[in-house]
Amino acid sequence: MLIIQGAISLGLIFSLMAIGVYLTFRILKMPDLSVEGSIIVGAGMTARLISDPYVALSNPFLITVIAMLTGMIAGLTTGILHTKLKIPSILAGILTMVAAYSIVIRIMDTSNIALPPHGPWRVTTVFTFLQDWGLSRMNAVIVVSIVIVVVACVLLYCFMGTEFGSAVRATGNNAQMVKAQGINTDWTVIACLMFSNGLVALAGSLWAQQQGFASVDMGIGTIVVGLASVIIAEVLFRPRMFWTHLIAIVIGSIIYRFIIALALGVEFMRPTDLRLVTAVIVTIALVMPLILEKFRAAKSRKNAARGA
Amino acid sequence: MLNIENVNKTFDPGTPIEKHAIRGVSLQLERGDYVTVIGGNGAGKSTMLNIVAGTLFPDIGTITVDGVNVTNYPEYKRALYLGRVFQDPRAGTAADMSIEENLALAFRRGKFRGLGWHIRKGERKFYRERLATLGLGLETRLKDKVGLLSGGQRQALSLLMATLKEPRVLLLDEHTAALDPKTAKTVLDLTNKIVHNYGLTTLCVTHNMRDALKNGNRIVMMHDGKIILDMKGEEKANLTVQDLLKMFESASGEEMLSDRMLLT
Ligand SMILES: Nc1ncnc2c1ncn2[C@@H]1O[C@H](COP(=O)(O)OP(=O)(O)O)[C@@H](O)[C@H]1O
Ligand SMILES: [Mg+2]
Repeated sequence: MLIIQGAISLGLIFSLMAIGVYLTFRILKMPDLSVEGSIIVGAGMTARLISDPYVALSNPFLITVIAMLTGMIAGLTTGILHTKLKIPSILAGILTMVAAYSIVIRIMDTSNIALPPHGPWRVTTVFTFLQDWGLSRMNAVIVVSIVIVVVACVLLYCFMGTEFGSAVRATGNNAQMVKAQGINTDWTVIACLMFSNGLVALAGSLWAQQQGFASVDMGIGTIVVGLASVIIAEVLFRPRMFWTHLIAIVIGSIIYRFIIALALGVEFMRPTDLRLVTAVIVTIALVMPLILEKFRAAKSRKNAARGA
Repeated sequence: MLNIENVNKTFDPGTPIEKHAIRGVSLQLERGDYVTVIGGNGAGKSTMLNIVAGTLFPDIGTITVDGVNVTNYPEYKRALYLGRVFQDPRAGTAADMSIEENLALAFRRGKFRGLGWHIRKGERKFYRERLATLGLGLETRLKDKVGLLSGGQRQALSLLMATLKEPRVLLLDEHTAALDPKTAKTVLDLTNKIVHNYGLTTLCVTHNMRDALKNGNRIVMMHDGKIILDMKGEEKANLTVQDLLKMFESASGEEMLSDRMLLT
């Protein structure tokens, strides 16, 4: 039961990050590595604002929104480096990611902060009000995460349906055509990067509040985890519309957590094998379509031979 | 309507592969002029069109559209005045988006794109009407992804998109060259129909001499970055392919060897 709940709650939180990765990798067709930075920016900002006694903010929801906005600034940085300063997208993302590492230590004023969810040092997070209403910690996380994921997906879906959002989608498809239709693609690229990194920072914020601490090295491998969820979603559900993609990614993200939980449950595995397992999952998911294609081709050849 | 004034363009200046692609080209298009542009491979036709469109910038010279000096306008800003169709049918449309979404993008050329819904009530009826004028049956496939269409259908759609908001100048760069002969003819007929219906000022590059002679009211031949022939009206109407070949030889001092141009 605990494993199921754990997979669902982490899967939900990280689905926000996966959707962010989807926005850049698939919609914009621009691999953006700055998400590795924005996840710790979101987590670090949240941890500092929640734990610092001199900060007058006591509303964890407001703090979460601020964390998300900070992530959007990271996306803005990458966007300006790439569009206005013409730095190749991979490098622009890496620059932001590297800079974010130092900035997060400045924000936190240390390299990790504890946010105890229970006991005398308990801090107020977005989950605590439900705990006070009598829900278990785990269920509180699940309920709040579901609400946030649904709101984020609905808002994102609506945005992509607007005139500007439609221009953003077209930019990844055919930037030349978008320019010929009178749209400044610099701004569509920047907007997409900001939304993507905002979502990733939101995931980072919720993650820190869920696990009860933030540390500067918790972001390593984020991009691969996000890709894993996106690819699992694509392989299993073959979504075609934007909204079906969003739902598929949320489910894909939860499935990814189940796979990880099962894999790490095997006797000789260690928690630190997590990233290796993730890399293997992504590799398998990536070659899956190729294998299926071969399989299908062989089968149709067989059928053709039989028919002849 | 379009004024190209003493334009020069050199690629990779100061390197061994330096290429003076456009050498002092000047061309004035009156309102409603339909100019066909011919010339051998590498004559500079695409480069000139790209300079007009703002994909490339001239080293010297100015581009004026309807009295506005657009020489330093970035591409997206110039697009308010220009409609373009490229040679590659994939270049003018967004493959993963539906026909109606593509049209909606084109319908808002020159408008601020805000947070209003990307297709509003009533728009679809207008799109259906306009698609019906293509005669390709696309009016029943509004929700289909453009990637599902054939090259000819995509090119016809690109043409419709380029002219949905009436442009001051329509730029066509060998927009039928990638199509099979029958489809090419369909798209060219559509082009003529649209250009004549709206009286569009048009600059149309083609590799087909016969098309160049048959269509439009004016013909321009380019060679080695220069305009070597410019005829209109009566004079143009009486031109033959043989005349063009002769004029090319005398103007360039070379024989017209470009097989691509001799074809058809
Ligand atoms: N981006 C570029 N960089 C360098 N040289 C170019 C570039 N574009 C075109 N050229 C050169 O400029 C000349 C004119 O090319 P182009 O305008 O494409 O000719 P065409 O009349 O066939 O359309 C050619 O010699 C071509 O190699
Ligand atoms: Mg060309």
